[in-house]
Amino acid sequence: MSAVAEPKTGRKIRVVVAKPGLDGHDRGAKIIARALRDSGMEVIYTGLHQTPEQIVETVIQEDADAIGVSILSGAHMTLVPRILELLKAEGVDDVLITVGGTIPTRDIDDLKAMGVSGVFTPGSPTDDIVDFIRSGVQRREI
Amino acid sequence: MVAALAALLFRDAMEPTSTPGTDSARKAAEAADNEFTTMSGKPIKARYGPEDLTGDADVKIGEPGQYPFTRGPYESMYRGRNWTMRQFAGFGTVEETNERFHYLLDHGQTGLSTAFDMPTLMGYDSDHPRSLGEVGREGVAVDSIDDMEILFQGIPLGEVSTSMTINAPAAILLAFYVLVGEKQGVASEKLAGTIQTDILKEYIAQKEWCFPVEPAMRLVTDMVEYCTDHMPRWHPISISGYHIREAGATAAQELAFTLKDGFTYVERAIERGIDVDAFAPRLSFFFNAHIDFFEEIAKYRAARRIWARELKETYGAKKPESMRLRFHTQTAGVSLTAQQPLNNIVRTAIEALAGVLGGTQSLHTNSFDEALALPTEEAVRVALRTQQIIADETGVTNTPDPLGGSYFVESLTDELEADAYDYFRRIDDLGGMVEAVRQNFPQREIGEAAFDFQRRVDDGEFTIVGVNRYQTEEEEVPLLHIDPALETKQVERLAATRAKRDSSQVESALAALKEAAAGDANLMYPILDAARVHTTEGEMIEAMQEVFGTYTETPVF
Repeated sequence: MSAVAEPKTGRKIRVVVAKPGLDGHDRGAKIIARALRDSGMEVIYTGLHQTPEQIVETVIQEDADAIGVSILSGAHMTLVPRILELLKAEGVDDVLITVGGTIPTRDIDDLKAMGVSGVFTPGSPTDDIVDFIRSGVQRREI
Repeated sequence: MVAALAALLFRDAMEPTSTPGTDSARKAAEAADNEFTTMSGKPIKARYGPEDLTGDADVKIGEPGQYPFTRGPYESMYRGRNWTMRQFAGFGTVEETNERFHYLLDHGQTGLSTAFDMPTLMGYDSDHPRSLGEVGREGVAVDSIDDMEILFQGIPLGEVSTSMTINAPAAILLAFYVLVGEKQGVASEKLAGTIQTDILKEYIAQKEWCFPVEPAMRLVTDMVEYCTDHMPRWHPISISGYHIREAGATAAQELAFTLKDGFTYVERAIERGIDVDAFAPRLSFFFNAHIDFFEEIAKYRAARRIWARELKETYGAKKPESMRLRFHTQTAGVSLTAQQPLNNIVRTAIEALAGVLGGTQSLHTNSFDEALALPTEEAVRVALRTQQIIADETGVTNTPDPLGGSYFVESLTDELEADAYDYFRRIDDLGGMVEAVRQNFPQREIGEAAFDFQRRVDDGEFTIVGVNRYQTEEEEVPLLHIDPALETKQVERLAATRAKRDSSQVESALAALKEAAAGDANLMYPILDAARVHTTEGEMIEAMQEVFGTYTETPVF
C-alpha cells in the first residue's frame, strides 16, 4: 500500500485509536487500527482501560490528525464529552473525532452535536471508516 | 438439486430488495456459490462417507455417558433432565437486577446468572474515579456484602443454582455470596452454582484483570482448594471459550485455547497437592454457539473427547466424573447485527439448537436487541421462549446425540480435535499457556483470525444478512436505557456502608489480607473475614495490589 500523503505537510495521516473506559472489547479497535495502518496511515493504539486524560495526552504528544474512540461499555455519553472537554481545554481544535461501538441511535445525534464528526456502529464496513478518516482529515487541512 | 434450485430462485427473488448491481452484493453471490468452507475457513468436501470415519471409530464415538463422552456426558441426556435455561442478567443497581431475577424465575427460568458491571469486574468500587459513567452500565454494581444481600433478596440460595460471571475478583464475590447464604441460614456445603474465575482467558480475550498472571493464578488455585474443602456443589472455575470466540477466534482456536487453559488449572491444583479426582468433577466449561451449525456441534463433541482423554491419560484421573466435560453455552453475541435486529431471533435459535445438539448442560440465548443495547424485558422473554420452543416443541431432545455417527459430523469432530492438538504442541513449545499468554501468542492468533474474518465480510466472501447482503431501510426497536441516576444511588449506598461499619475492624482485616498475600496461606479465609466486616471489593483488591502489583497489557494489533 502506498502512503496516504496529507496535502499540506506531505506526512502520513496520524490516527490515535483509543479505548477509554473499563471494558475489554478490543476486537473492533484492533481491526480498525490495522486497517488504517494497512491503508498507509500511522496508527497509535492506546491499549485498553485508558482515562480521557491519558487519551488526550496521547493525542497531543503524537500530534494526531484524527482520533478513533472505541467504546462498547455504554459509558460513551460520559467518556466522549469528557474527552472533547479536555481537548478543548488544551486548545486542540484541529483533530477529526470519530467514535465506534455499540451506540444507540438516539445518542448518535447528541454526540455529533458535541463535535464528533462520525459515529460508526457494528456492521460498518472497514473501508468506509478508513475513507471517512482520510477525507475528513484532508478536508480539514486544505 | 431441488434445494439448490430453490435457493437460486429465492436469491433472484430476494436480490432486488438489497442493493442490486453493487460490487459487494455481486461478489457475495459469487463467493457464496463457489466457496464451501465453515465460517472458520475449514474446507468442506462435496460428500462425506464411511471412508471419513478414520481410526477406531466405535471407540472414538462410543456411547452417551461413557468414556470418551464424545456423544454426551450423560447416558439419557435430555430424556433424563433438560438443560438449565440460564439467562445472564444484570444492570443498574442490585434492586433492578433482583427484580429481573424474579421476573426470569417467574417465567420458567431454572437457574440464575449474574452479570456484573465493569468496575466490579475490574475491582473498582462504584465511587472510584475510574468507575465514573460505568456503574451499572453493562451489569450490576456490587461493592460489598450489603449489595449482595439485596441482589438475592427473596431468592432462597439453597434452592436455586447461581452463576456469577466474574474473574479477577472472583474470590471476593464468592465470599459475599457465601456470607449471604450464611445469613439466609444456608451452609456453604449446600450452595450450588458456578463462578467463572477463568483468569487466563481474561489476559487472552476479555481483558478484565487486577493482578499480574502469577498471583492471579494463585488466587484461582486458592479458590479451587477452598471449594474442594467446603463447597461440594459449587463449580469454582468455568473454563471459558466464549470470550475467546467473541474476540474473533476460530472454532478451533476457541477449542484449543480453552482446553489448554483448563489443563493449566488442573496442573496448578495438582501441584498444590489436591487429588485430581477431588476437584476435576467440579470444573465446568463455557462455550460459544456461533452461527456455523455443524462446526459448533463438532466443536463440543471434540471438546468432550479431548478432555476425557487428557484427564485420564495425562492427569491420572480415575473417576469418570473427572473425565466428563460438562458445559454452559451462550449464543454468539458477535453474530448479532444492529441492522434488522429481529433477524437476530433466528440466528439465536439456530445457535441455541447447535448447543443442544452438541449436548450442552445449560444455555443462555441472546436477546435480539443486544447489538444495540442491554436487552429489554420483551427481548429477554423472546430469548427464553426460544429455548422453551427447542426443548418442548421440536423433539430434538428425544434421543442423545442425534447426529452421532454422521459421516460429516464425525469427520469434522476429528478435524477440530487434530487442530486443537496442533495448538497444544505450539503452546507447549512456548513453555505452556501462562508463558504463551505472556508472549501474547493466543492474543495474536485471535487478532489475526478476527482481522481475516472482517476482510471476508468486507469483501462479501462471508455473507451477513442485512449487513453485506439483503440490506433494507432500518427498523427502530425500543431499547433499554439505563438511568444515569442509578450511579448516584449506588455511590450513596456505598457511602452508607462505609459510614455504618466499624472502620478499625476493616483496617485489621485488610492488614491480615495483605499479610496472607505476602505469604502463601489460602487467601479465601482472610477475604471472607474482610467481607464479613463490610470491607468493600475495591479495598480488598487495592490491598492485594499493594503486594501483587498490577497488570498492563502490551497492545498488539
